[in-house]
This record gives sequence, C-alpha cells and structure tokens, in this order.
Amino acid sequence: VGDGDDPATLDRAEVGRIFGAESGRSVATLIGVFGDIDLAEDAVQEAFAVALGRWPADGLPPNPGGWITTTARNRAIDRLRRESRGRELLSEVAALSPGDREPGMAEGTGTVPDDRLRLIFTCCHPALSTQTQVALTLRLLGGLSTIQVAGAFLVAEATMARRLVRAKHKIKAARIPYRVPADHQLPGRMRPVLAVVYLVYTAGLTDPADPGLCAEPVRLARILATLLPDEPEVGRSLPCTTSCSWSPRPRSWPSTGPSPSARSTAPPPRSLGEDRAEGRGDVGERGPHGQHGGDQLLLRPRRRPGCRGRATPVAPGRAHPGAGVPERGLAGQGRPRTARPPATPRPSCGSTPTARPPTWG
Amino acid sequence: MPQYLLSVHSVEGEARDPMTDEEMQQSWKQIQLLNEELKAAGAWLFSGRLHDPDTATVVRVSDGEVLTTDGPFVEAREHLGGFYIIEAADLDAALVWASKATAAVGKPIEVWPFAATEA
Repeated sequence: VGDGDDPATLDRAEVGRIFGAESGRSVATLIGVFGDIDLAEDAVQEAFAVALGRWPADGLPPNPGGWITTTARNRAIDRLRRESRGRELLSEVAALSPGDREPGMAEGTGTVPDDRLRLIFTCCHPALSTQTQVALTLRLLGGLSTIQVAGAFLVAEATMARRLVRAKHKIKAARIPYRVPADHQLPGRMRPVLAVVYLVYTAGLTDPADPGLCAEPVRLARILATLLPDEPEVGRSLPCTTSCSWSPRPRSWPSTGPSPSARSTAPPPRSLGEDRAEGRGDVGERGPHGQHGGDQLLLRPRRRPGCRGRATPVAPGRAHPGAGVPERGLAGQGRPRTARPPATPRPSCGSTPTARPPTWG
Repeated sequence: MPQYLLSVHSVEGEARDPMTDEEMQQSWKQIQLLNEELKAAGAWLFSGRLHDPDTATVVRVSDGEVLTTDGPFVEAREHLGGFYIIEAADLDAALVWASKATAAVGKPIEVWPFAATEA
C-alpha cells in the first residue's frame, strides 16, 4: 500500500483508510504478545493518533503495518511500565516471548499471520452471541471505530461501546482462549466464523455510506483463505461469494453518510473475471472434516456464478445457522433507510437458505 | 488454575417419560464415569445433585432482622438441579467437560467462571 504515495496527498482520511486496513493485524499481534485485548486496542489507537500527526508530514512509512505494530507495542510497554501490575505482566511477557517476536518483531513483514487467525476464532467463539461476534470482528480485526460498528448495527455509539466492553470482559473472565481450535473442533468452530464473514459482508452491501465495511469481508475471507487453505468453503467458495457480489456494486448509490472522503478512497471495483479467478470451488465440495462449510448453509451463489446481484439475505425472523438474531440493519432487514440503493431489484444470488438450527450453544 | 461452575438446569414439571430402571442405571453409570474421569484428570473439585426446589429455604436480612422463609429465592420454572465445580485451563476446556456432563445427565448445563480465579 502506498509506497509511491505522494506525502502531500496523504490526508487524514487516507491515513484512516490505511490504518483501518492494517490495524487488525497489529491488534492481533499485540493481543498475542500481551494477552490483553484492551491494552492492544488502546495502544493501536494511540499509534493511530501518532500516525495522524506524522504521516501527512513525513509521508507513509515503507511498511505501515510494521510501523503501527512497533509504535503500538512501544506505547503498550510504556503504559505497562507506569503501572505496578503492568511491570509484573511485562516481566512475564519478556519471559514468554520467543526471541523473534521481540524488538525485531515488527520489522520486515512484521507480523505473525496466525495471530489474526487466533483473533478471528476468539471473536467468533460460540460462547459469544452472533451480534457480539460480528461487532468484535469489525472492531478488532476490521479496525472499524466503535461509532462505525454502532452504525452498522443502527445503535447508539454508547450502546455499542457497552456491548463491546461486556464482550471483552466475558473473554477475559471466562477465559475464552486466544488460539486456533484443534482439528477435531474446527468443523463446529468454522461455522460461526463463516457466518460472521457473511454477515459482515451483508452489512457492507447494505450500507452504501461506508464502503470500508464492504471491502472488509473480502479481506477477512482472503485472510481465512490464506490461513486455512484446506477448508474448501474458505479457500475457494467464500472469496467467490463475497467478491462476486461485491465487485459489480453500483457506484451511483446516493451518498447518505458523512464520509464522502472515505468513499472516494474505497478500493476500485474489481472485474468479475478477476474475482471469479479466486473462486475455484466446486459446488457442494466437502472439507477435510467431511462437512459443508457455513457458507453453503447460508447462501448458494456458486450455483449461479454469473449472478451479479446481492446475496439473498435470510428472511426476517427465520432461524439461520450462526446468525442468531441479526440486529436491525446488520442483515439488511427491517432497516429504515431513507436513501436506498436503486429501486431496481437486483437479482438474488441463490436459493433461499434452508433454516437450520445452529449446532452449537 | 481457573475454576468453573457447571450448573445443571432442570425444568420443573417437565413432561417426560419416566425413566425405566435400566435407563436410570445407565444414566447413573454415565454420571459415575464422568466423575471418575474428572477426578482422574485432576479437574474435579466438587459435584452434587440437589433435591427439588420445594426443599429449599431462603435466609435474608430485612430491616436488620434475619428472616427465614420457605422456597427457593428465584421463583422460576427452571431451577438448579445440581452442579460441578471444576478446574480447567480455559473456557474451551471447561466446555469439553460441560458437553460430557450434559450428555450424562441429559439436561442443559450452564458454564460460569469463578470470579476469584480471574487473573
């Protein structure tokens, strides 16, 4: 991203966009280092403030992700040094950290990709409600601000802030582990993860005011595809699902949101062919765990890969594997919007999903 | 090591076919096996089945006086039927025990972390 960017054009919105794209990785890495979500989040937020001050003047660092991780890690260490409990934690961190994650950690590519995978599985732990899973994923991995997450759910910022605080408290108090589940647990654990990616995706499509949301599931799906290449749903079908519908998105949607600058910096639409190249999956393929992935339960756009429309959302009020009770707006239903996408109904991208009870919780 | 309460939830007056002697023995055996497994793994701290809620008594302080009354404190159709207190490395480990417990007792299990064991 942006090596050739002219520093003069790097305004606050651009810094925000780059930061949003990179911060999930940094948050994941720092949770892995410090074992504390709040600390990681706050430190990355502080790094953002530093970036806002420096990047427009000095230009983009060669490796923005590495810069964010290093800056945030130093801020976190500074904070821990100021607290007595923090000093204990710090000595534990120093004792536990493998050498390669110490000072040089954020140099080069700078990150351990597994940290993001661990974070996905923590955010999408079945012990958390689906709404909470989506909110946490958007906030921690997607780098969205609390107010943006609140916007996706159509709730007040304070309400979302409380929900996120409660969720993080549960993760800490109940000790929801920060790790990728063992192979035999993966089938059950993949389902909510895929459901969340799907819901995030739907949220993006139904919120023309925030193109960042729309790009997010594509990015999450790519991360999953890289990290879990053996899961057919993730490795092949999901990128097809998301980008198939994502790419032909009309650019003429009325601007309803306060961030025209964010809109102008949204990634350019990709061609369908380009997207399809990613979706090499066959319909109905089973994973190594002998089951269909969650996406196959949610929507089946691969049956009509040429379809350009929005994926069929689950009918309001219907049970939906992993979806729990999507809040107004998040699945794009019952959402009182004054400005809608063009009135022409876009064709549905697959059959109406079969309602199935979730197999967890 | 973090500790968890696995509470077994019973529904009062729940219509269900009475267990045959054989089923009862089977269930009893499964519960015993689970207890042995918990103990062998070093996870067991305590477990027990409770009598029906109408055997419960509530004690509270009201206007500086200790008041003793009949009945469970929470008037609900669902009540605590029994519980396990276990040690587990994290929630996932506790959930594995909980899934074995719900299979053995045939009732939903709630998994609660103990506050005192929070890091």
